[in-house]
Parts: sequence; structure tokens; C-alpha cells
Amino acid sequence: MRDLLGYILFLGTLTGGGWLLADYMIRVYEGGRTWFSPVLAPIERGIYRLSGIDPDREQSWGAYALACLACNAVGFAILYAILRLQHVLPFNPDGLGPMSPDLAFNTATSFVSNTNWQAYSGEAQASYFSQMLGLTVQNFVSAATGMAVAVAVIRGFARPKGWTLGNFWVDLTRSILYVLLPLSIIVALVLVLQGVPQTLLGHVTATGLEGATQVIARGPAASQIAIKQLGTNGGGFFGVNSAHPFENPTILSNMVQALSILLIPVAFPFLFGRMVGDRRQGWAIFAAMGVLLVTGLLVVQLYEAAGNPLLGPGTNMEGKEQRFDATLSAMWSVLTTAASNGSVNAMHDSFMPLSGLVQMANMATGEVIFGGVGSGLYGMLLYVVLAVFLAGLMVGRTPEYLGRKIERREVTLAVLAFLATPVGLLIGGAVAVVAPQAVTAVQEAGPHGFSELLYAYTSAAGNNGSAFGGFGAALPWHTTALGIIMILTRFAFIVPMLAIAGSLIRKPKAAATAGTFPTHGPLFVTLLVLSVVILGALTFFPVLALGPIAEETVRLAGQTF
Amino acid sequence: MLAQLRPAIMMMVFFTLLTGLIYPLTLTGIMGAVAPSAARGSLLERDGVVIGSSLIGQSFVGTAYLHPRASASDWNAAGTGATNLGPTSAQLVADVQARREAFAAENGLNPDEVPIDAVTTSGSGLDPDVSPANALGQAERIAAARRADPTDVRALIADHVEGRWLGLYGEPRVNVLLTNLALDQAFPLAAGLASN
Repeated sequence: MRDLLGYILFLGTLTGGGWLLADYMIRVYEGGRTWFSPVLAPIERGIYRLSGIDPDREQSWGAYALACLACNAVGFAILYAILRLQHVLPFNPDGLGPMSPDLAFNTATSFVSNTNWQAYSGEAQASYFSQMLGLTVQNFVSAATGMAVAVAVIRGFARPKGWTLGNFWVDLTRSILYVLLPLSIIVALVLVLQGVPQTLLGHVTATGLEGATQVIARGPAASQIAIKQLGTNGGGFFGVNSAHPFENPTILSNMVQALSILLIPVAFPFLFGRMVGDRRQGWAIFAAMGVLLVTGLLVVQLYEAAGNPLLGPGTNMEGKEQRFDATLSAMWSVLTTAASNGSVNAMHDSFMPLSGLVQMANMATGEVIFGGVGSGLYGMLLYVVLAVFLAGLMVGRTPEYLGRKIERREVTLAVLAFLATPVGLLIGGAVAVVAPQAVTAVQEAGPHGFSELLYAYTSAAGNNGSAFGGFGAALPWHTTALGIIMILTRFAFIVPMLAIAGSLIRKPKAAATAGTFPTHGPLFVTLLVLSVVILGALTFFPVLALGPIAEETVRLAGQTF
Repeated sequence: MLAQLRPAIMMMVFFTLLTGLIYPLTLTGIMGAVAPSAARGSLLERDGVVIGSSLIGQSFVGTAYLHPRASASDWNAAGTGATNLGPTSAQLVADVQARREAFAAENGLNPDEVPIDAVTTSGSGLDPDVSPANALGQAERIAAARRADPTDVRALIADHVEGRWLGLYGEPRVNVLLTNLALDQAFPLAAGLASN
């Protein structure tokens, strides 16, 4: 009962926060004045002048996509160079060496694609220079890329007939300056006050009460953790991520971070509603995402609270911190997989089998249950296109959405984007299962071992970044394969979605008539939820049956491996 | 693409300076002045020696001390890790069984009474807390080792229970290091007694 009340209060706060933030964000993206304008507007103008950008000059979908790709390519090159050269760069008090080429490639693709899969362990393999000027920067830029693309895609649905979607450089800059940076400063301040370190001093050696020495790693953690949550990045400062008492010391720090994970993703459907000029459309998408989130939350909560009978009575505490126990760990695991965040406050590898199933399903559906900042919304708009197409087939009319006809070109592009995740996940995973060099990364025997590998490829293909930690992610096979999958799935979504927006904006908007299928009522929400569930189930059920579902059945039979 | 290269490079340089340098360094400066202890890792000192961080769990094996949960990474605070054993792992089941028997024997309890947090490992390997049931289950042993009244030890442990946030979130818990510091102060160890 207390858990339920806690969930309701949390979800209510989250919804209210997202709703308010959307109100602020619409001013940011429509170029209006905000509280921060007196300070930030001159900085903004300066950077446009230095970069040779005319902020009033808008781009076609193709130019927008090219700018996005160029920005990410340069970001990748800089990050890769930093990781390879960190041993000769400053801010390295613990004297760490360079990352190997395959690990640096994996880490760079991972942070540029907003996945933040960690094949490295932060405190042992990333210098403070890499953490700040490499990883933290990409936390901002990759998040802002997702937000910019989402806003451009929304414009394609919202604006009257035309051909431009906005200016990528302006949307990127404003996402960082006006949204991500101010929120990060607030969250980081709270985190330091709760005990998250923010120091350039290196590790400290303590002598315990019984005389044993303990080397304690520290660093400028709070500034990175704030943006890792707000930008749905998820890459921890320390190897065990937000389970580490320095990343997440108190219940308050846990709740602030949990809220930060979903705040911007929740704001996006509301922003969508406002930009298209019909708030009900935003609420409909919010409702579809919310139904899927809450369903997953209840399943994981039930299984983790019931515990593992093989370990004795009590909740499933293996891999969990006492301060969070089952409930806050279950909640976090659902938020982080739904939101394409990927940070963890408990070890997903040790969750019950069907909890793992929910985590994987959240990621495999393409991260559309609120999803990544921006990317969750454009991902869900893909399902919207498919849902209105299915509805159109059922009633035998040309499908329409927000007054525009959804035709062959849009549906083809949507299917192309939809295929990115299954292709990366199923083909990448299948190759890894049969390659002898790849399979050695699996820690466990039995179906759970298969789940470990499946989770890794699901996480990469969904741009999530969380892991079943027993999986040997540092194996060069996987650093390389997962790196390629992360970058492909990220941009195989972005480019077709921008193309859909570019195609829609050239069509005239027709007024709604009595024959128009309304896309804001419960019927449409149900249709949208079913589209996600059915397309996801058809694609992934066989492979999930071999992993978590098989494990659950043998677990019920009392078998161990 | 080439036309976009200049803005791409200029923007990345600008944001690297802003979000990679100015943002974390300003925060480091401000918080180092406002909350120096928290910003540097909440370190605890006794007699001028750093004995640990109040947030980071550390090993305790002596009978006179409250013992923490099991750590998969042997309390290494510079290289953290968990077992990552799955729910159907035979090794996990065996490890848990062994810990249950050891905890019961050490504290004179029935194996059925051993709380779940005392037999499982944490996610971080650095869990600073144990459950109140776990801590109170160790009270008799601690009292005997310190030649103290078990009621007093239990009262001290009860004083160190942190409750839920807003009465809703998190689980009640006892910080092991802080409790052991208080135990040392309230029931000092006679010389030679500490060794085991």
C-alpha cells in the first residue's frame, strides 16, 4: 500500500513537472524570451557568429539531417581522440593509461549515440579529463541532438504547408543552453549536498577501525551524474553506476535522479500537443506511453518484492542496496529501461526472470515508452504513423494524421526505421550466439546465460546502455559489434524520421471532417498501445521465449544451473 | 556535409569548453566552498587519521563490531563490482546458504531468522547499510565481545536506525561505520580485546 502511494505521488510529480517544462520548452524552441534570456542570449548570438550560422535561415529535412550527422561525426572524432590520449592529457591524478582502440571506439560510439553503454569501468579506466571534457560534453550534445531532431520532426507534423523544419544548430544550441544546462546545475547542486563528490582531488586512502586500508576513488562526479540522468544518457562516473553510494548516497538523491531520468521525456508529448495546436494529441501519446510504463512497473515490483524462494524468505536483495531495497530498485529499473537512460541503482543481472523480460521489452520496442530525450517522442511518432496506417487499412480509407495524408512514402520510411532495432538486435545477437569468440563473454549457464547476451544486444540496439553486468562487455568482439549497432540504430531512426517530417510538411493540411478518425480519444490510445505491443511481440517473442521466459519456467520447477 | 563542417567544429569546441570545463569546474569551486566535506567524499577522521567515508561501506570482521553485508568486490572502493549472478544460479544459492549458516552460527541465531540482506551481496559492493533486523541480530555477539549489556547495545543500534524518506520511500537502515564508531565511543574496547 505504501509502495503504491509512493508510486502515485512520484508519477504525479513527474507528470506535473513534465507539463510545466513543456510550457517553458515551447518558448525555447519558438525563439521566445525566457528567464535566462538576459544572460544567455548574448552567448547564443556569439556562438552563431563564430560558427558562421544565420539563426533565421531554416533548413530542409536533408540539410537538417546532414548538419546533425556532421555534428555527431566531429563529436565522435574528438571523444575518440581524448580517450586514446588521456594518459598525456591533464586532470589525471590517478595516472590512468589510454583506452585500447576497440574500447575507445565502443565508448565513443556509445556516448555519441546517447546509449552510454559502459564496457569500461569509470574509476579505473577514465581520467577526470575524459569524464569532463569527453563524456560529460557528449552527455549534453547527444541529448541535445535527440531533442533537436524531435522538435524538427514535430514541426513537420505541426506547421502549415512549407518545406523547412528549423535550423539544427539553433535547436541544438538552445537545447543545451536553455534546457539541459540550467536543469543540470540545479540537480548537481542538490546531489553534492546529498554527498555526491565534486572534487578534482584523486583517490584517498583510509585506514579502517580494524586497521585495514581502503582506497576510495572520488572525482568530479555530481556534474556528470546530473546530465547523465537529465539527458537519458546513463553512463556512470563509477563502474557500478547509481548503485555506488557516491553516485546515489541517499533516498532523496535517488528520487531526484529518478525524476530527472523521465522529466524531459515526459515533457515531450506535452510539447508535441502544444506545437501541433491541439493539447489532446499530446495527452493521447502521453497516455499510451503511461499505460505501457505502469504495466511494466507493476510486474517488476511484484516479482522483486515477492523475492526469490531459492534464496529464502524476503525480497530479492541480491545485487540491491539496503537503502533502496526492492521497491526503489524495481522502479528505477523500469524507468531507466523505458527511458533509454541505462543507469542502474541495482544489478539487473540478478533481477527475477520476468523483471528482466520487462526491462528487455522496454528497450526492444525501440525505446518509445517515454524513451530518450527527444528520441522517445520521434520513436513513438513512428508507431503513430504505423497505427493510423493500420486503422486506415481496417476501415478502407486513406490514413490521415493531424490533417495530413499518410501515404506510401511515409509508411515505407516508418517501416525502414522500425526495422533498425530488430535488425541490430536479432542479427547482431544471432551472430554473437554462434561465434565461439563471442560466447565466452557469457557468465551464467542455462537460459540466464542467453539472457545476458540478449540483454546486451537489446541494450545496444535500443540505445539504452544498461547491462546484465555478468556479461563480459569488454571482449573486443562485443565492443566492436555493439559499437557498430549503437551508431547504426541511432541514425537509422533519426534520418527516416526527419524524412517523414520533410515529406509531411510539403502536404496541405485538410480540416477535420465527420469522417476523420480522431487521434486523441481512448480508441486511438488503445490502438497505439496495441501497435507497440503487437509489433514488438511479433518481432521479439521467439527470442524472449528462449531467455527470460524459459528461465522463469525452469525456476518454477526449482532447477538451478 | 562540408558546408556543415565549420559550424560542427566550432560548436563542438564551444560546447566542450562550456559543458566540459566551465560547468564542472565552476561547480567544483562553488561546492568546494559551500559544502567542502560532502564535495570531497564525506570523509571521517578519528585522531587525525582518515578512517573512511560515511557513505562507503568497509570491511568489519572482529566480533566486537557490527558486520556489513557481503561484498562481491571485497570492499574495493577503487574498483567496484557485484556478483551479477542470476536468479537460477546454483552458485548464488550455495553462497547464500553458506552465508546464512555462518551468520546464524556467529550470532547464535536459528538459520530461519537470518534476514535476507545478511545473506545477499549488494549491487555496489560498498553498501554502507544493513537492515535494522540484521543489526539487532548481531547485538548479543557485540555486547559479549565488549562486555556490555545487550540492552544498551540494542538501544544504541536502535538510535542509529534511519527511517524512510517522507515515510514513503526507501527502507529503514543502519549505517555500519557510524554505528561502529559510536560503539567504540560508548563501550570502548579494552586493549587486546579488539584483535578478535
